[in-house]
Amino acid sequence: MIDVDFSLVNWSRAQFALTAMYHWIFVPLTLGLSFLCAFFETIYLKTGNEQWKSITRFWMTLFGINFAIGVATGIILEFEFGTNWSNYSWMVGDIFGAPLAIEGIFAFFIEATFFAVMFFGWDRVSKGFHCFSTWMVAIGSNLSAVWILVANGWMQNPVGMVFNPETVRFEMENFAAVVFNPVAVSKFTHTSSSGFLFASLFVLTISSWYLMKGKHLEMAKKSIIVASVFGLISSVFVAFTGDEAAFEVAQKQPMKLAAMEGLYIGEKGAALVAMGIVNSAKKPGDDQEAFLFEVKIPELLSLLANRKPGSFVPGVDDLVYGNEGEGVMGVNAKMEKGQLALADLAAYKKAKKEGSDVGAAEALSRFDVNKDFLGYGYLSTPEEAVPSVPIVFNAFHVMVVLGSLFPVIFAAFLFYALKGTLTEKRWLLPIGLISGLLGFLAQQSGWVVAEVGRQPWAIQGLMPVKVATTNLSTTSVQVTFFMFAAVFTLLLIAEISIMLKQISNGPEGH
Amino acid sequence: MIANLDYITLQQLWWVLCSVVGALFLFLTFVQGGNTLLWQVAKTETENALVINSLGRKWELTFTTLVLFGGALFASFPKFYSTSFGGAYWVWMLILFTFILQAVSYEYRKKPGNVWGAKLYELFLFVNGSVGVLLIGAAVGTFYTGSNFSLNDYNQVTWQYTLGGVNLRGLEAAFSLFNLSMGLFLVFNARVLGALYLLNNIELGSVAAMETRLRKAVWINFLCSLPFLLYVVGAILLMKGFHVDESGVVSMVSFKYFFNLLALPHLLIMLLGGLGLVILGVLGGAFKGSTKGIWPAGLGTVLVGLCVLCLPAFNSTSFYPSKFDLQSSLTIYNASSSQFTLATMTYVALAIPFVLAYVAYVWKQMDSQKLTSHEAMDSEAY
Ligand code: HDD
Ligand code: HEM
Ligand code: HEM
Repeated sequence: MIDVDFSLVNWSRAQFALTAMYHWIFVPLTLGLSFLCAFFETIYLKTGNEQWKSITRFWMTLFGINFAIGVATGIILEFEFGTNWSNYSWMVGDIFGAPLAIEGIFAFFIEATFFAVMFFGWDRVSKGFHCFSTWMVAIGSNLSAVWILVANGWMQNPVGMVFNPETVRFEMENFAAVVFNPVAVSKFTHTSSSGFLFASLFVLTISSWYLMKGKHLEMAKKSIIVASVFGLISSVFVAFTGDEAAFEVAQKQPMKLAAMEGLYIGEKGAALVAMGIVNSAKKPGDDQEAFLFEVKIPELLSLLANRKPGSFVPGVDDLVYGNEGEGVMGVNAKMEKGQLALADLAAYKKAKKEGSDVGAAEALSRFDVNKDFLGYGYLSTPEEAVPSVPIVFNAFHVMVVLGSLFPVIFAAFLFYALKGTLTEKRWLLPIGLISGLLGFLAQQSGWVVAEVGRQPWAIQGLMPVKVATTNLSTTSVQVTFFMFAAVFTLLLIAEISIMLKQISNGPEGH
Repeated sequence: MIANLDYITLQQLWWVLCSVVGALFLFLTFVQGGNTLLWQVAKTETENALVINSLGRKWELTFTTLVLFGGALFASFPKFYSTSFGGAYWVWMLILFTFILQAVSYEYRKKPGNVWGAKLYELFLFVNGSVGVLLIGAAVGTFYTGSNFSLNDYNQVTWQYTLGGVNLRGLEAAFSLFNLSMGLFLVFNARVLGALYLLNNIELGSVAAMETRLRKAVWINFLCSLPFLLYVVGAILLMKGFHVDESGVVSMVSFKYFFNLLALPHLLIMLLGGLGLVILGVLGGAFKGSTKGIWPAGLGTVLVGLCVLCLPAFNSTSFYPSKFDLQSSLTIYNASSSQFTLATMTYVALAIPFVLAYVAYVWKQMDSQKLTSHEAMDSEAY
């Protein structure tokens, strides 16, 4: 059935990663900045103070510049499922397509429609309707996050479906299970709140710059107060939902958890690595040290992963080679079952073609026994089931360290802003200035954990990425990869340059 | 009620729904058509700003409809989505490229510090309106002329057309006179719609010269579209088509689409009525001094679009046929999602009228006053 060209798979992965990571530069800003604009405008509506209007319009301009390129990068992603992952699209389209279509119907139209009012409606509609439209854009953007994350959550934890051997695909059986998939819920709450957080940092960055330059002081201080309240609340929520996300990972994708923590040999009462340098030469099953240097907090990993102190957390080696004592089935054993499932599926197809109903029924009942291991049948070695530990570990730790830092930054800004001594705190402003960049780093790291950590699976346990690709020539994908890289980079340069210009013009610029 | 619909009805319903979205998209290509008219009808700074700002308030809607069209096809006909997008890789990639370029162009064109200069963004808009629409037309053309793919037992697609050793991945669709004509017809039709939309949306009082150019553009582009339209319609009536018999075996049948039209008279009525409405809008816009031509012409385009998309799907026909391997051809029955998924999505689709209603409401609110040159030259404008 498959004849894999690995360079093709890797180029396709690179292309998807490139486009998704570009999308994710702009999207979290959209998610949060839209709400911040809505807050600013609501304050304007309530107070009638023109300064709030000018604040609203200033942030809205930046929002608009960002929004356009977010949309441009999004359309690529949607179609890339078909163009580059067509086998995947057929296998899961019955489940995965629906959230995407619902996203289009419910979310994108709200955004597209009210966006025009938000930008061009100031003199065309009433103040109240204008403010309503701004809220609708914020709600619409966040609704688009719901559905795409339902789709992504399903890839991490496939639920609510059955395999149909007739059509050779997964078919939806329970829509509610797909939508309320615990992984999807934790993904959405964590991701959207991280977007709020990031946008608040973005506001801090620009406002700090104004304060450092001594420009637009009033507007900068007002913006900072709103943004640090929003950011502080969001960062608490981010930490809370991040913990939930990690718990879900531990339950549904133990291999990802092991990679996040660089845990090779499972333990009871496992310790959390607070900081460490991963030994990148380490391979599963060898007896090298996993870390060149590490700082551990005892017991915490067991608590995080299972919410039970002293509980067993499997490591990479347990998951690959099995650990009977703890009831962990190894990849080897799963591969055998997977290969049986594949063979029985082929036998079923063959019997069907030959018109042998009895043979087909027999093959099918054998297939049913092992079908949950289908994806493992495609692996060539057990070690293939292990994602890159250094990448996942580092990305996770960057995210968590930054996640612990942000509430402190927001609290400091809020405290001094309310005290009215912010401009005197010369040490704090540079931290504010770079905080947006740190937020960006945390954002990208988060997705690297989620997506690199689930390798080799496109759909956890059921479909490895190498089976998911379209049968294309590697050259085609290389060409489109570089086309996207070039176009997006040129557009990004333009966006940054326009933003900087708008920022240096400031709110009075219009 | 929905729970009682049988599988076949659901499949047909979803093809119609996807076709409606596709047909609405064809109407909304007035944005693309308008993009290509920019250099032709706008000769002054003010005129230029009026055209860009008028279109710039609608591009999102067109874009989102395209996204929804893709999403709806993915959800309801995943085998089509995977076969066509994965198979005709280069056609779709190029279409996407022209749409990315467009998406930022309105916003960035006039902004200080845009690095690449206003002219380049205008070129992006032009490319989107011409190449983008042409390729979409060619892709629609393959519903009639067929494509070069085969599917294996696991429904994985292989594209089977090479030229000089290079697999063209769908670009060969442009070698067919029929597909090209379909594309060119859509390009000129989009330009007609674009000109009609601008006539409707802009306060023409202060830009009389541009009004004359717009009215002329309506007529000239309509005349340019005619030969391609006639060729497409003539060819559809005469060509062999991809018939699917009861057991699912696909074969070529003479005058297939002609017989489909006879068997599905409502499609025939849509086609004729649609063309009539387009002509009505064109005549009004070109000669009668009307500013409302976009509405009949737009509705006409939707009706023609519906006919074009439904004709190859119903009456035992394959809507995405393979020339290379007839038996790999897709029908709405073998390419659809499961009954459960279609039924679930039908509940969701009940929201579509509400969506249309608020889109129309906001459109009306926003466009109740025409766009003035004052507003278009405002510092907040595009
Ligand atoms: C400002 C950004 C930001 C910050 C400070 C954090 N996160 Fe995060 N995290 C994200 C932004 C993010 C994200 C980009 O939104 C991700 C990517 C995928 C997802 O679901 O959300 C993510 C994913 C993600 C995952 C992987 C989920 C999966 O694989 O499905 C885990 C386990 C955590 N996060 C845990 C945390 C913890 C314990 C944090 C400590 C405070 C934390 N995150 C802070
Ligand atoms: C990889 C899967 C993804 C696909 C296929 C995808 C698809 C799209 C598409 C097609 C658009 C343009 C919509 C329009 O026409 O207005 C878009 C924009 C958007 N997407 Fe994504 N998206 C993906 C990932 C995400 C994620 C993970 C989120 C949020 C958590 C998200 C949130 C948004 C938002 C808020 C927008 C609005 C425009 C903006 O980015 O500024 N997307 N996306
Ligand atoms: C917008 C935020 C996202 C970012 C930054 C992101 C990042 C990445 C990265 C880094 C990879 C490459 C992983 C590797 O090959 O090692 C990847 C792959 C992929 N992601 Fe995401 N992802 C995002 C959202 C999504 C969503 C929402 C979906 C699905 C709904 C999705 C589906 C995929 C698919 C299909 C691949 C390719 C196959 C694979 O390598 O697994 N991604 N993404």
